[in-house]
Amino acid sequence: MTKEQIRAAVLEIIAQIIPDEDLSNLKGDVPIREQVELDSMDFLDIIMELRKRYGIEVPESEYMQLATLDGSVAYLEPRMRNL
Amino acid sequence: MSHDWANDVRSEYDVIVIGGGLAGLTCANMLAKGAHSVLLLEQHYNLGGLATWFKRKGHIFDIALHGFPVGMIKTCRKYWTPEIASMIVQLKGIRFDNPQFSFTTSYDRDDFTRILEQRFKIPRENIENFFHAARNMNFYDDESMTTREFFEKFFPGREDVHRLLMEPIAYANGSTLGDPGIGYGIVFSNFMSKGIYTVRGGTDQFIEKMREELLRNSVDIRTRCLVEKIVVKDKQTVGVIANGKTIKSKAVVSNGNLLSTIHKLVGDENFSEGFIEEANKVRLNNSTCQVYIGIKKGEKIDYIGDLLFASEAKKLDPQELRSKNTTSRSFSIYYPQTRPGSDMYSIVASSNANYDDWANLSEEEYRASKEELMQRTLNALEKYIPEIREKVGYLEAATPRTFQRYTLHLNGASFGTKFEGLKVSMGLPKEIAGLFHTGSVGIIMSGWLGAANYGVIVANDVDKFLSAGGVN
Repeated sequence: MTKEQIRAAVLEIIAQIIPDEDLSNLKGDVPIREQVELDSMDFLDIIMELRKRYGIEVPESEYMQLATLDGSVAYLEPRMRNL
Repeated sequence: MSHDWANDVRSEYDVIVIGGGLAGLTCANMLAKGAHSVLLLEQHYNLGGLATWFKRKGHIFDIALHGFPVGMIKTCRKYWTPEIASMIVQLKGIRFDNPQFSFTTSYDRDDFTRILEQRFKIPRENIENFFHAARNMNFYDDESMTTREFFEKFFPGREDVHRLLMEPIAYANGSTLGDPGIGYGIVFSNFMSKGIYTVRGGTDQFIEKMREELLRNSVDIRTRCLVEKIVVKDKQTVGVIANGKTIKSKAVVSNGNLLSTIHKLVGDENFSEGFIEEANKVRLNNSTCQVYIGIKKGEKIDYIGDLLFASEAKKLDPQELRSKNTTSRSFSIYYPQTRPGSDMYSIVASSNANYDDWANLSEEEYRASKEELMQRTLNALEKYIPEIREKVGYLEAATPRTFQRYTLHLNGASFGTKFEGLKVSMGLPKEIAGLFHTGSVGIIMSGWLGAANYGVIVANDVDKFLSAGGVN
C-alpha cells in the first residue's frame, strides 16, 4: 500500500468507529483526539481493527505513535508497504 | 434425576468464559464476532451477573442500580447491536435530600454549574477549574492524590460540596474519599457529560437481547454450570472443570471475582510468590443491602423523581454510609413507563453495607435484622410517599449474604475490588499463559459501562494471544 492508501485506510477505520463525526477537515499533524470526539475505547477499536483487517499488532507502548494521522501513516507505512 | 446443563458441550473451544456478568458477556461477544469458538459458563440460571432481576407478584425488580453514563449507548452500539443501544434512555429527575441540601437536578455539567454557583455560592472560576481538572484526568496519571485532596483543592472546607460530589459515586461503585482522585475524576466526568441513563424495558429485556446476540454469533451458552477449577499445566491454561466435566480450551477468561479466581479456581500453587503477595494486598469492595418494594396492582404513586439520594446523616460519613443502621440510601423508582406495557410501580432502595455486619448473625438475628432494614426503609420512604404502607403489596430485602449466595463473590462484594485489583487482573496472563480476568476492578472498570468496556479490552488481549498461536 502507498502512503495515501494507508491514510485512506486509517480514515476508513475511524469513520466506522465514530460515524457521526465529520473527518473531512482532519489535520494530519494535530492529535486526532483534539479534533474529534474519540475516547480511549474508540482508540482501542482502531488498534483492534488494524489487527483484524491487516494483521498488524501495535504494542501498547507504541500507541502514542498513532496519536496523529501523520504519525499513524509513518508508523504503519513499513508494516503495510507490502500489503 | 437432575438435568446436566453441561451435557453435549464440545470437548474443546478456543476460549471458555467463566461467568456471564456484563464484562464476561461483552468479552464473549467480541471474541465470537472475531470468529473464535466460545463457551460461556454461568453458575446462575440467568445471565447478567449483578445486572440481574427477579420476578414476584407481577413485579420485576432490577437489582443493579440503574444509572450509567451516556457512554453506554456508544458501547452497546459498537460491541452489541444498535437495537440494544436504542433501549438506553436518560433519567431526568435526580433528587438529593439530606440535612445539608435538598433539590432535583438533571445531574449534568450545566445544571451542576448552576447549582454550585447559585446554591453553594462557589465562584464560577473554581467550578470551571474543577470540571476541567476532572475531565483531563486520565488513566496514566499519578494515583497518589486522593479524592478528598482533589475536592479540597477546589472546594476547601466545603463538606456540603464534597458530599454532593461524592455520595452518588459512592452508591454507584462503592468508592470513598480515600480512593484515588483520578478514578473519581474519570467516572464523575463521564456522568457529567450528559447525565444519568438507564434501560427502558428493564434489565431482563436488556440481558435477553444480549443473549440472543450471543447465540447469533454462535456462542455456546450454558447456565447452571458451576466451574470448579481452571486447569493449569506448565504455566499454561488448558481448560476448566465444570459440573465435574473437563473441557479444553486455549484460553480461559474469568469474569468471577478476581480473588476467588486466583485463590479458588486456579490455586495459589500455580502462581509465583510475588504475584500472590500482590494479590493478597487487593482489597475487596463493600457489599450492598437492598429493599424491594412492590406497589399493589391498581395502586399508583405520584412522581417523586427517578433516582433519589436520601440521607438523614448530618454530613457525609463513610462509616455511616455502610453501617447496618445507615439512613443513607438511594431509591430507584420504577414507574410503568420504565417497562412499556406494564402497569406496575416498584421501588428499589439500595445502601452500601459491610459483609462482616451480616455474616455472623444467628438465623434469628438475621431475620430480625432484615425485618428492621425493611421497616426503616419504609419509614424513610414515608417522607416522600406518606401513604406508602397502605400501598405496599410486596416487600423483600437482600443483604451481603444474599449477594454472596447468588453471585458467589467473596464477602458478597458488589463492586469487585479496589483500584489495586486492576494491576493484578491485568497481570494474570503474564503468570499463566492463556489466563485472563475481566470484571469490576477499581471504579473505572466498574459499573455497567466500566465492566462492559473492560470486557472489550480483555477480548482484545485474548484475540492477540490466540492470533499469535496461543503464546504470550
